[in-house]
Amino acid sequence: MNPSGNSATPAPVAAIVPRLPNDRWRAIEFAFWLLPVAAFFLFPSYRVLGSQILITGLFAVTLDLILGYAGIVSLGHAAFFGVGAYVAGLLAAHGWGEPFSGLAVAGAAGALVGFATSVLVVRGSDLARLMVTMGVGLMLFEVANQIPSVTGGADGLSGVTMDKVFGIFPFDLTGSTAYVYSLGVLFVLFVIARRIVNSPFGLSLRAVRENVRRMPAIGAPVTRRLTAIYTISAAMAGVAGGLLAQTTQFVGLDVFGFPRSADLMIMLVLGGTGRLYGGLVGATVFMIAHSYLSDLNPVYWQFWLGLLLVVVVMSARGGILGALEVLAHRFRSKRR
Amino acid sequence: MLGNLAGVLFDGVAYGSLLFIISIGLSVTMGLMNFVNLAHGAFAMLGGYACVLLMSRAGVPFLATLPAAFVVAAAAGIILERTLYQRLYKATHLDQVMFSIGLVFMAVAATTYFFGPSQQPVRLPDFLRGQVRVLGLDVGAYRLFLIGVVIVATIVLHLMLVRTRFGAQVRASVDNSVASAGLGINVNRVFGVTFALGSGLAGLGGGLGIDVLGLDPTFPLKYMVYFLLVVAIGGAGTIKGGLVAALILGICDVAGKYYVPQIGSFIIYFLMVALMMLFPAGLYGRRT
Repeated sequence: MNPSGNSATPAPVAAIVPRLPNDRWRAIEFAFWLLPVAAFFLFPSYRVLGSQILITGLFAVTLDLILGYAGIVSLGHAAFFGVGAYVAGLLAAHGWGEPFSGLAVAGAAGALVGFATSVLVVRGSDLARLMVTMGVGLMLFEVANQIPSVTGGADGLSGVTMDKVFGIFPFDLTGSTAYVYSLGVLFVLFVIARRIVNSPFGLSLRAVRENVRRMPAIGAPVTRRLTAIYTISAAMAGVAGGLLAQTTQFVGLDVFGFPRSADLMIMLVLGGTGRLYGGLVGATVFMIAHSYLSDLNPVYWQFWLGLLLVVVVMSARGGILGALEVLAHRFRSKRR
Repeated sequence: MLGNLAGVLFDGVAYGSLLFIISIGLSVTMGLMNFVNLAHGAFAMLGGYACVLLMSRAGVPFLATLPAAFVVAAAAGIILERTLYQRLYKATHLDQVMFSIGLVFMAVAATTYFFGPSQQPVRLPDFLRGQVRVLGLDVGAYRLFLIGVVIVATIVLHLMLVRTRFGAQVRASVDNSVASAGLGINVNRVFGVTFALGSGLAGLGGGLGIDVLGLDPTFPLKYMVYFLLVVAIGGAGTIKGGLVAALILGICDVAGKYYVPQIGSFIIYFLMVALMMLFPAGLYGRRT
């Protein structure tokens, strides 16, 4: 399984060799992707929750692209999620029920809004970015709230009717189709995202994050790189929003809400930024904990969530996956 | 009451000065430590609840609760600064954002647990209720009082920063903390005292603002954007910038909600994005 050369490497801290990240899929990644497949058969009554987790996981991966790799702190990523959700929802509500083309349009709409607002975001300090991303999200929330004739306003957009996936599988109440459909879309987009971050382009994003002043000096166009990744991330977030609209066949105003952006960031930090898988792990843990604990009492949930955040920031840098990596490293060095 | 432009302007100024007194501590600490603190509103809420509880449970008159609000919030500020905030000055902005959001969540949940989710009532003394006629214009007595308090507080703050030894140390630390430390200024202590002062002012503002902003457990979340905006638009670390930004925000928000209520809060968010575009470092920002 493990490439045998790996364990035989004598010193973990070697001289820095300039080369691209290893893009080969590791065994543990294959194992990871078997988990959602296994969950489909093991927990048939939780498929609705499962598809929500998959969608949120995808959404978290899109935030990781700009936050974990390019270092853009955003508190308004729900803007693109919401645009995608409303576009996909409106399409389906007005007779265009074909799911895949609906997702494509949702992604395109997300990309459009992302590209338009990237001008505001790629320049400026962290504080300015925080404010602008939050402002764009809140503005779109107000817009959706103020045109109830189109969006349904505070009541939400209903009447979303979907065609069958591939013309065969209808969206049903058990959530089976929704689960498999979401998992398929998530996997495809994840592969794309993974390819992006392991490319020279992805490497340059990390360089921007590490030292934004030096990048222009070596001839890299920082603004253009950031615009590109911001647009890509927005497009994928739009697809995630579209998925939610299609699988739940409903769009509420909360898709634009500030809590969605804040929760998303929490999930990502909880799972670990800059790893792609961190978003998936964080979203899974967060959503499961949320569905159990907030049933007990929503207020308690918020308190423990806050405490968890403080503890994670204070102690476990890198979230769950970061902590696991440290553990694995210790285990390995002990065995040697 | 808001029958004319002057009335709207007056209310806007009152609202803006309230925003200013709450946010000024955030502005100074952000300029001083470059710490993105989303939990600043929690200190204002603490001050507000201190006022309400002292009034309802201990029967203290309103005006006497205001200094208490300052002291309680300042004490909470210095405790949190010494135990938690201090460790994160060198952390990334993301960590600081997550940490302070965590604090906000805890504050909101704890407040709901202890005092319930409802709005807290405030009983103003009689002489602060009703209308007063100033220069031929009927204005709310409480709002006039509010503006007066904020003017006094601003003058005191300004004199403290410009005339006292401590003020000089704060200004030096904002400009260049490394060089200040090299000159023998205890920057660490300056940070702590400034944080406590800023939290105290937020607490005072929270107490003053119950009648205008309302007070319920979601207060820190609801007004977070406004406090951050004052800092972001004004530019971190300046009193003048914060004052101008707070007044612009206050007037625009009140005017927007009065003249075009159908678009709601849209104006303020639009203003925020537009101003951040035009002045990425704030109106009076010195650093980019």
